[in-house]
Amino acid sequence: MSVKTLEIDGKMLTGVAGETIFSVAWNKGIRIPRLCHIGGISDVGACRLCLVEIEGQKKLQASCLTPVEEGMVVHTDTPKLRAHRRLIVELLFAERNHICSVCVMNGDCELQELATELGIDHVRVRYQFPSLPVDLTHERFGLDHNRCILCTRCIRVCDEVEGAHTWDMLGRGTNSRVISDLGEPWGASDSCTSCGKCVQVCPTGALFAKGKAVGEMRKDRTFLKYIVTAREKKQWIE
Amino acid sequence: MPERILIHPMTRIEGHAKISIWVNDAGDVESAQFHVTDFRGFEKICEGRPLHEMPGLMARVCGICPVSHVVASSKAGDALLGVEVPPAAVKQRRIVNHAQVLQSHALSFFHLSSPDLLLGMDATVDKRNIFGVIERDAGFARRGIRLRQFGQKVIELVGGKRIHPGWSVPGGVQTAVTAVVRDEIAAWVPEALESMGIALDRMKSLIDSFREEIEHIGNFPSLFLGTVNDDGALEFYDGRIRISDSEGNTVADGLDPLRYHTYLGEASEEWSFMKFPYYKPLGYPGGKYRVGPLARLNVATSAGTPRADRELREFKHRAKGAVCQSFHYHLARLIEMLHAVERIEELVADPELLSEDVRTKAIPNRREGIGSCEAPRGTLFHHYFVDADGLIRKANLLIATSQNNLAMNQAVEQTAKHFVLPRQLREGMLNRVEAAIRCYDPCLSCSTHALGQMPLIIEIRRRSGELLDRVERG
Repeated sequence: MSVKTLEIDGKMLTGVAGETIFSVAWNKGIRIPRLCHIGGISDVGACRLCLVEIEGQKKLQASCLTPVEEGMVVHTDTPKLRAHRRLIVELLFAERNHICSVCVMNGDCELQELATELGIDHVRVRYQFPSLPVDLTHERFGLDHNRCILCTRCIRVCDEVEGAHTWDMLGRGTNSRVISDLGEPWGASDSCTSCGKCVQVCPTGALFAKGKAVGEMRKDRTFLKYIVTAREKKQWIE
Repeated sequence: MPERILIHPMTRIEGHAKISIWVNDAGDVESAQFHVTDFRGFEKICEGRPLHEMPGLMARVCGICPVSHVVASSKAGDALLGVEVPPAAVKQRRIVNHAQVLQSHALSFFHLSSPDLLLGMDATVDKRNIFGVIERDAGFARRGIRLRQFGQKVIELVGGKRIHPGWSVPGGVQTAVTAVVRDEIAAWVPEALESMGIALDRMKSLIDSFREEIEHIGNFPSLFLGTVNDDGALEFYDGRIRISDSEGNTVADGLDPLRYHTYLGEASEEWSFMKFPYYKPLGYPGGKYRVGPLARLNVATSAGTPRADRELREFKHRAKGAVCQSFHYHLARLIEMLHAVERIEELVADPELLSEDVRTKAIPNRREGIGSCEAPRGTLFHHYFVDADGLIRKANLLIATSQNNLAMNQAVEQTAKHFVLPRQLREGMLNRVEAAIRCYDPCLSCSTHALGQMPLIIEIRRRSGELLDRVERG
C-alpha cells in the first residue's frame, strides 16, 4: 500500500493510495464541510459542500470523491470556497421549506449548524415554497419532504448497511423526491425492516421519530461506525 | 358631504390597525370603525403538519402571548391523543400561563397605557410613552418593568425560553421542574406582591381624574364571557364557560368549552381582516360579547385567592350590575396580575410540582381535538382535525382579541362621538379614540395572523373616499 504525501491548508500530510482528500483532512483535524458524506457508507458527492481547490486544476473538486495524489497542494478554506458553500446552503434553504424554529431537529441539525458556521443570516435567492407532503404512515417514523436536502444518506445506508434498499430517488432536479419502494407510502413498504438507520443518518429533520415535538429530536450517528467495524473486524468496538 | 378621519397607524397596541371616523355634513361624528389591516393565516400554515409539532408551531403565532397558544394547542393535542395529562404537567402549564398573564398585562398597563394614565390623555406625544413615565416616576416604571421581568423569568425557568417556549407538548410537558427553579420563582414573589399593591393603589387614586373618559370611552351594555371553575371563581386553565349580561345576570353557565362552536359563531366584514365572533342565540351583531380581564371579573363570583378577592369585591362595587366601562379593563388587568402572582405562589409551594412524571405518550386516538384556556386578552380556543396518521387536516383558532372586535368597534364609535370635534381636531381627541382600543389591549398578530410592527393611522375622508386629513404614527 503506497503512501502519498500532500499539502492541505499548508500542512504536510500523508494518506494511503485511494484514500480521499476528505478522509485525510478529517483524520488530521481539518474539518471540511459536508452534508451527504457520512463515515461507513459510500460517497456520491451530492451536496458539493466539500469542494476544494487543488493547485494546477481549474475546476473545484469534491474532496469526498477525489483520491490523494503525491505532491498535491489542496486548499479547503478560501474566500472562493466559502462563497460557493454559502450559496449552496442558501439554495438548499430556498429550495424547500426549512423553518428551523418549528422543526423537530432545531438545535441538532447538520444543515442548521453549517448555516451558522457559514454566517448565513439571510438567503439571497428567492424561496420556492413548494407544497410538499409529510408521510406519517410508518408506525414509528415520519418523512417530511419539506426538510429533505436530497443528500441520499438514507438511500445508501438502507442499501449498503441494512441491505433492504427501501429508499430510492424519483424524478430529476428540484422535482426529485426520496421514495420508499416504488413510491408507496412508507407504512405500506414491504421491504422496510423498521431498523431506523435512515432516520439516524438523516442530517436534517426530514426523517424523524413520530411523536417528537419541536426541537426534541436527537440523532445518534455513531452507531454506523460500530456496524462497519463489526462487519469488517468482527468486533463490536468503535 | 361626509368626511372621514383616519387614524393610521395606531400606536401602543400589538399589531397593525387603523381607525376610520366618518363625519357627516353637519360636522358631527356619524360612525367609526376599527380596521385590522394585515393577515397571517396560521390556520392554513399548519395544515399538513404533524400534531406533535403544533404547540411549537402555534407558539410562533405571537411573541407577546405565545404561552396561551402553546397551552391551548397542547390541550387540543391531549384531546387528539385521548390521554390524561400528569398532574405535575398541568401545574407547570398553569404556572407558565399565569406568568404570561402577568407579563402581558404588565406590558399593557405599564408600557402601553400608563403614559395616558400618569401623564394625561392630552400630554404631548413626545412625552406620552414609557420614557415619559420613567421621567415622571422612575420607581413606578421600574416596578412595572420588574413585574414583567418576573413573568418572563418564570416562563423561561419552567418553559425553557422567554418567548415562544415549546416545552408543553401533547400529553404533558418535556421536562420536570427542579427544586432550584421552584425556589428561584418563590424568591421573586414578595417583591411582586408589594409592587402589585403599589400599582393598584396608584391606579385607584387616578381613577377619579378620568371620570369623563370612564363614562364615554367604551361604556355600553354587552354580554361578558369567561372561564370559571367549579366554585365560580377565576380560572385560566380549565373550567367551564360562563356568560353574563350587563345587569350582572348569568345568561349561560357551565358551558363546555369543547362545544364552543355550538354557541359561538364567527362573522366577517369586508373592511377588516379580523373576524367578528358573536353569541349564537342572540345572532349577529346582537350577540356582541366581551372577553378578557373585565369580562372575567364580571362573570367570576370570586377570584379564589385572598388579596385578589378583596380587590374583586371592591371592583364589583363600581357598578350595580356588571362593570361595563371599558376603561376599567385597566383596573381589572391589575387585579388579574395580583391573582396571577398569588396563584404562582400557591403552585410553587405544591410538592407535586416537582414530580418527574410529566408526560403521557400515545399515538393519535381521536380525529378531532379542541383545547381552550384563558389568554391575557380572553378566552382562546384551538380546534384541530387530523387524519389517521396525525397530520393536521384543518384548524380553527378562535382568538381572544377577535371576540372583542364588535365591542372595540362600538367603543371606538362611542369615544369618537363624544370626544372628537372634526372642525377643531386636536391630537388629544384622537388619542382618546386610541385609548379606547388600548383598554382592550388587542393583539392583532394573534387575531388575524397579521405580519408586522404595531402602528396606527387616523384618516378623515369624504364619503367619496377623498382624503381630507390624516394623522400617522408608528
